[in-house]
Amino acid sequence: MGLFDRLKQGLQRTTQQLVNQFDDIVRRADAPEARSRDVDVETAEALEEILLMADIGVGATSEIVSAVTKRSRRGESLRELVKQEILRILEVPTFAAQSSAASVGKPHVVLVVGVNGVGKTTTIGKLANQLKREGRVPLICAADTFRAAAVDQLQIWADRAGVDIVRAREGCDPAAVVFDAITAGKARQRDVVLVDTAGRLHTRTNLMNELDKIRRIAAREVAGAPHEVLLVLDATVGQNGLAQAREFTSVAGVTGIVLTKLDGTAKGGVAVAIAHDLQLPIRYVGVGEGMDDLLPFSPREYVDAIFEEKW
Amino acid sequence: MFDALSNRLQDVFQSIRGETRLTETTVENALREIRLALLEADVNFKVVKAFVDRVRDRAMDQAVLKSLTPSQQVVRIVRDELLALFGDAKGGLQDTSARPRVILMLGLQGSGKTTTTGKLAKWLTRQGRFPLVVSTDVRRPAAIQQLAIVAEQAGVRVHDPVGQMDPVARAKSALAEAMAVGNDVVIVDTAGRLHIDDELMRELVAIKEVSGPTDLLYVADAMTGQDAIKSAGEFNAQIGVTGVVLTKIDGDARGGAALSVVSVVGVPIAFVGSGEKLDDLEPFHADRFVSRMLGMGDVLSLIEKAEAVIDEGDAQKLEAKIRKGGFTLEDFRDQLRMLRRMGPLEKIMGMLPGLGGMKELAGQKPDEKQLSRIEAIINSMTPGERKQADILDGSRRKRVARGSGTTVEDVNRLLKQFVEMQRMLKMVGQMTGDPIAAAPKKKKRKGPFSLMK
Repeated sequence: MGLFDRLKQGLQRTTQQLVNQFDDIVRRADAPEARSRDVDVETAEALEEILLMADIGVGATSEIVSAVTKRSRRGESLRELVKQEILRILEVPTFAAQSSAASVGKPHVVLVVGVNGVGKTTTIGKLANQLKREGRVPLICAADTFRAAAVDQLQIWADRAGVDIVRAREGCDPAAVVFDAITAGKARQRDVVLVDTAGRLHTRTNLMNELDKIRRIAAREVAGAPHEVLLVLDATVGQNGLAQAREFTSVAGVTGIVLTKLDGTAKGGVAVAIAHDLQLPIRYVGVGEGMDDLLPFSPREYVDAIFEEKW
Repeated sequence: MFDALSNRLQDVFQSIRGETRLTETTVENALREIRLALLEADVNFKVVKAFVDRVRDRAMDQAVLKSLTPSQQVVRIVRDELLALFGDAKGGLQDTSARPRVILMLGLQGSGKTTTTGKLAKWLTRQGRFPLVVSTDVRRPAAIQQLAIVAEQAGVRVHDPVGQMDPVARAKSALAEAMAVGNDVVIVDTAGRLHIDDELMRELVAIKEVSGPTDLLYVADAMTGQDAIKSAGEFNAQIGVTGVVLTKIDGDARGGAALSVVSVVGVPIAFVGSGEKLDDLEPFHADRFVSRMLGMGDVLSLIEKAEAVIDEGDAQKLEAKIRKGGFTLEDFRDQLRMLRRMGPLEKIMGMLPGLGGMKELAGQKPDEKQLSRIEAIINSMTPGERKQADILDGSRRKRVARGSGTTVEDVNRLLKQFVEMQRMLKMVGQMTGDPIAAAPKKKKRKGPFSLMK
């Protein structure tokens, strides 16, 4: 099942106010007699409300609204205009990321970071499974030595995916575990080392410094490492997601976003705000608790799923 | 927390403070800013709208506009309205005669249920209760183990029938064990679930039925966005919620979701989780919370924190010492340690009135390292030197600097400050002193001691 269907499934299960409201607005604005005119104030306000309710944020929302209120002479439909605007915001960073994804050094080191409780460990398990299916052999590094039972949780995922794991005692220096894992990854000829880090609030300077240390160790051991730094964001997060992305990017050099828990009613609109403000692409979306519930992100399907006509 | 929101609101108020007379235009401008500030803080769109309308109604009153201090009136209106949003319910747990009292923890994945279960158990222990915790999360890998570890750290009993993988049966047998052992509280941790997962919601209903909880605490992440109302509302509709625990408020989340949940779902906030340590759980106080939001500081919470880490006896001993002028470097170090036990400096500073804005101004976080350095310097001295700082000559200072990994200048600076502090303390004479005031960075002259009085 593709992203579109999964998202649609999530949406269908709830009374999707967002979609219904959007349909109402669009119906009025796209009526034949209204099509040739600019969008009126009332409609613009209603649209603003919808976008804000989707956590898209004040900045991106006002840009989208002002961009779509002036229609081109051809009288394009409001639905398409809104979709295009969001797509434009989402696609810029995606293309940039794809072109710069050239990788040097082996193993390919992927750092997974984020605040507490967003689903980092689960994402690692799913990523390992996906890599394995693609024929690349991953090694999991359990560098969350802080949270109680985090390593055990990851071990279970590793077993499920049938992937090696390098772990240490709780309370160890995570950078040391990363060093061990990279050394093991080299010795065992693994393609990818997936590093699970402890959840940390981006405002905790000392914990953020720990990430910097992990980064330095990785860079010292493998050329170009960490090749990818994925920031895991909970789709229910609000505008604080922006602050998280900003801080983690400045300390850990985030290269992409993983949006988790998209199978709920939250649609992770803050990712649009992040793409808008920080030009960070969404790489994957998590849509369930199963092993296969991690999908590559496609801006078009995402936008379609959010603003699709009532089904 | 709420820093950004309080700063924005402070800006708004600052801008109208200078005006001797408010016009409808200035009020409108202020309202627009308030609206934006609340929206950026993730307060629900509809809540914001209603809130701004209410403030407008009251602010546009001619009596307010013509009063001598119109801007302060507006501040008061905003404060009143915020308080009204939170309602007058008290934080913490309400009294009950149920024995054992059953507390059911609900919430989405990753909101912090298991950690909060541990914190709550510890808090209850401090209240003289004897809690038992049980995990019914058979889904998330290692969740049961996590609770067992957390419970051990909190020093509470955990019910864990090995091999029993039926959540309802686990809750039921926990109750039986509590009756047998004599626990007066049972905290039931549940699996995180999406509010649209019917199967899991039915499971929760079943757990609720067998355990008959007094409290159904919905654990919500302070960073949640506009979806907060939907999820909390669903949990309330399907299971029933008696209180909210707001977690992760130690980040910079503006926590607007809290406002939304309280005002739309109509459930009071019972506790707030403010850190990674098991002690970091406090009953919610609406008035303090609102004061902090508006940058008015939260001295009460600070005093409570101070009281929790300061031993009354020690405090009196030190006080006597200071009166006699015998304050030594050793005492200074004890003071520093006490201050650090109260939590990150940043958090403490946020509670002091007026400091909210200053922090932003300085553009930097208080330097915890500086405190470590001072401690290291003092640790590198001999007991004799600590008691009698004036015997520290050049060569001793060099040794201390080497021993603590600092420079002689650092040592000199510390000693100079210490001497100054001693002099000050002597001058204050009969008063208890305030050693923290002499810490290298210019902090608010308010330490645990002056607050204890």
